[in-house]
Amino acid sequence: MTEAIDATGLIKRFGKVTALDGLDLHVRTGEVHGFLGPNGAGKTTTIRVLLGLMRHDGGSVRLLDGDPWAQATALHKRLAYVPGDVTLWPNLTGGEVIDLLGRLRGGLDPRRRAQLLERFELDPRKKGRTYSKGNRQKVALVAALASDVELLILDEPTSGLDPLMEEAFSEVILEEKRRGDRTVLLSSHILAEVEKLCDRLTIIRDGRTVETGTLTDLRHLTRTSIQADLAGPPDGLSALAGVHDFKIDNGRVRFDVDTDALEPALRTLVQVGVKSLVSQPPSLEELFLRQYSRSGS
Amino acid sequence: MTGTGRLIRLILRRDRVLMPLWVVILGLVPAGYVASFEGLFPTAQDRLEYATVSGTNAGFVGLYGLIRGSSLGEIVAWRSGFLPIMVALFAALTVIRHTRADEEAGRTELVAAGAIGRHAQLAAALITTCAASLVLGLLLTAAMIGQDMPAEGSVLFGLELALSGCAFAAVGAVAAQLTASTRGARTIAVVTLGAAYALRVAGDVSAIGDGAVSWLSWLSPIGWATHIFPWGADDWWPVILLVLFVVLTAGLSAVLLTRRDFGGGLLPARLGPATSTMGTPLALAWRLHRGLLAGWTVGFALLGLVFGGVGGSVVDLVQENEKVGDVFARLGGADSLVDNYFAGIAGIVGLIASCYAVQAALRLRDEEQSGRAEPLLATAVPRYTWAGSHLLFSLLGPAVALLAEGLVSGLTYTDGDLGAILASTLVQLPAVWVLAALTVLLFGLVPRLSPAAWGAPALCLLILLVGQTLELDQWLLDISPFTHIPHLPGGAFSATPVITLLAVAAVLAALGLGGLRRRNIPD
Repeated sequence: MTEAIDATGLIKRFGKVTALDGLDLHVRTGEVHGFLGPNGAGKTTTIRVLLGLMRHDGGSVRLLDGDPWAQATALHKRLAYVPGDVTLWPNLTGGEVIDLLGRLRGGLDPRRRAQLLERFELDPRKKGRTYSKGNRQKVALVAALASDVELLILDEPTSGLDPLMEEAFSEVILEEKRRGDRTVLLSSHILAEVEKLCDRLTIIRDGRTVETGTLTDLRHLTRTSIQADLAGPPDGLSALAGVHDFKIDNGRVRFDVDTDALEPALRTLVQVGVKSLVSQPPSLEELFLRQYSRSGS
Repeated sequence: MTGTGRLIRLILRRDRVLMPLWVVILGLVPAGYVASFEGLFPTAQDRLEYATVSGTNAGFVGLYGLIRGSSLGEIVAWRSGFLPIMVALFAALTVIRHTRADEEAGRTELVAAGAIGRHAQLAAALITTCAASLVLGLLLTAAMIGQDMPAEGSVLFGLELALSGCAFAAVGAVAAQLTASTRGARTIAVVTLGAAYALRVAGDVSAIGDGAVSWLSWLSPIGWATHIFPWGADDWWPVILLVLFVVLTAGLSAVLLTRRDFGGGLLPARLGPATSTMGTPLALAWRLHRGLLAGWTVGFALLGLVFGGVGGSVVDLVQENEKVGDVFARLGGADSLVDNYFAGIAGIVGLIASCYAVQAALRLRDEEQSGRAEPLLATAVPRYTWAGSHLLFSLLGPAVALLAEGLVSGLTYTDGDLGAILASTLVQLPAVWVLAALTVLLFGLVPRLSPAAWGAPALCLLILLVGQTLELDQWLLDISPFTHIPHLPGGAFSATPVITLLAVAAVLAALGLGGLRRRNIPD
């Protein structure tokens, strides 16, 4: 088994609305995989299909070498899930929920449970109704991380945590990664978190996968911003493939250029004659913003 | 207090269906009593007998209170003796719904951040609920005067119900300040109301006996309300007491509000165990259902106490009045009037139990919608097991409650056969289970329509209440599973309908669970 999650061309419709429209998601065993996309892109729906809570209408999906719909119960013994919006039973304490969920999955490591409670500074004696959003999330996180499972599916697990707890969460995931015996699917909005934790990532939008690969792969997809004062008119530069947002003002040009098109663009500049040049390195942030904001095609 | 007016409009907008419903229904129920008692007891002699029998029976006095005279008005007011409790309950729950429930859900925070005074929300909830209670009283007074009842009694009767509502609106307001949880606030308010009712019952029952503790009624706002005795004593003292109580209790809630933090309660939240041995869906279901089960079982035991206690005077009453006998005769079809009485009671109790069954089965939908089912079903718990654990309580919970009612009622009515009364209660179960299974069917196949399951007991109640009076077609009566339950005691037991109902329940539940296996969660 090399892929813990193998989804190809996944389609999920709700009535007339198509939530997933040919989505691909491939998570290799043992890696931490970032799963990104704007609100409503289909992250939670994908996760629900992976958990066998919803049946897909098209495409194929394998989870831990099984069918997530037909073999849900057997597969669930091997994974732990933290929903994006954790709700707890109002009259059960956090500790009770952790133990219950752990046992229903098939086992909890009590030492690890105690460690995690301490690291997340969570009081397990409080009733569910008295926890804040962040603390409810910690309850689900402790239950998942202390469980003896191969796959962790975490849906925006840090969205309610304060910065200190976010840091604690990152450390725990990095430790998991070093041990290397678990696969983690981490849906997130936070770039810094993904950069720090993930080996590979998948960006989706409107139910479709728009980018997937390692961070280095994706950096390759980013654009360099160039600003140059030229000796003459930059003939043909604006028409060059891979040059975007071209602007010219009094002999000064500004444009963004794809990493692949950097060389031909620079060659054109040199031919015209460069008086000064400023280049800004590619940033993932820009890539994200571009992928997030590009209107559905 | 800034912004109170706007918040009142918000409350009226949110309660535009529910509030008029309870105000109008509870306000107009006693209006119907005038004509029906006039018809049932046309002469002063009839009324005197009825009042004497009722006023000396502990069961009736417990349920409705004391009856001092035998005029038409006094009988109507006495027979409405349980309504103050209903009005009080609605009022307390409405205030909590618009104070603590909003605060716990986080809606208040949105509003409180606006240009809204610290007391505005509490004031708006209290003002709206008290106004609704007063409108209820006004409707009642108008309906009574409209039927040519004396004016002073009509006004006092209206005030009896209106002030019961206001008093417990204020109690609800205090309860909402005490705990941080809505459930806790509701429990405090309902327990307070229960205690007020119990004090009234104890005092009034004592009053028809040796009178040793009859003063207990005067410790209870519900006691004050029923001791107004409209059209009889026409006493204004309890009215003044009630108004004072409303002002002081509402003032107390306002003071308590300033002594606590936003989102917090005055009573500290208690800590619970840090670990648990729960390890199965059934263990979790038990935790989630045990409070409901205990509440319904105690409630049903109390019902048994009342129905069993009243049983004795049914015999006296029907022997003395032919028309009342007719009423009970209409409920069943067999020979003995007492048998008929218990058969009729069993049908009503069965219907109430089906409300419990629907409520317990709908917990499934609640678990799904709140998002609590999702992490649970992402563990190695199959959907059937999860649904089955709740369904078990929906099926066995009503059985336990009915058992409690049958036992207590059979033990209280000492002249009867305990086994027969118990059997008459338990034989309702197949019909109760059909309604539980119907809820599961909706939940599995058309989850969004799950709350429509409440329509089933409502329809059955309607068929029971008006079916035979309006002489509806048999096929209409047959819609209700309760129509098919053998009339016990007295009637003949037949296994066929019972087995058929069980089969229908099994098929409906199986279809529902099958649908649940195939559908999206959450849907």
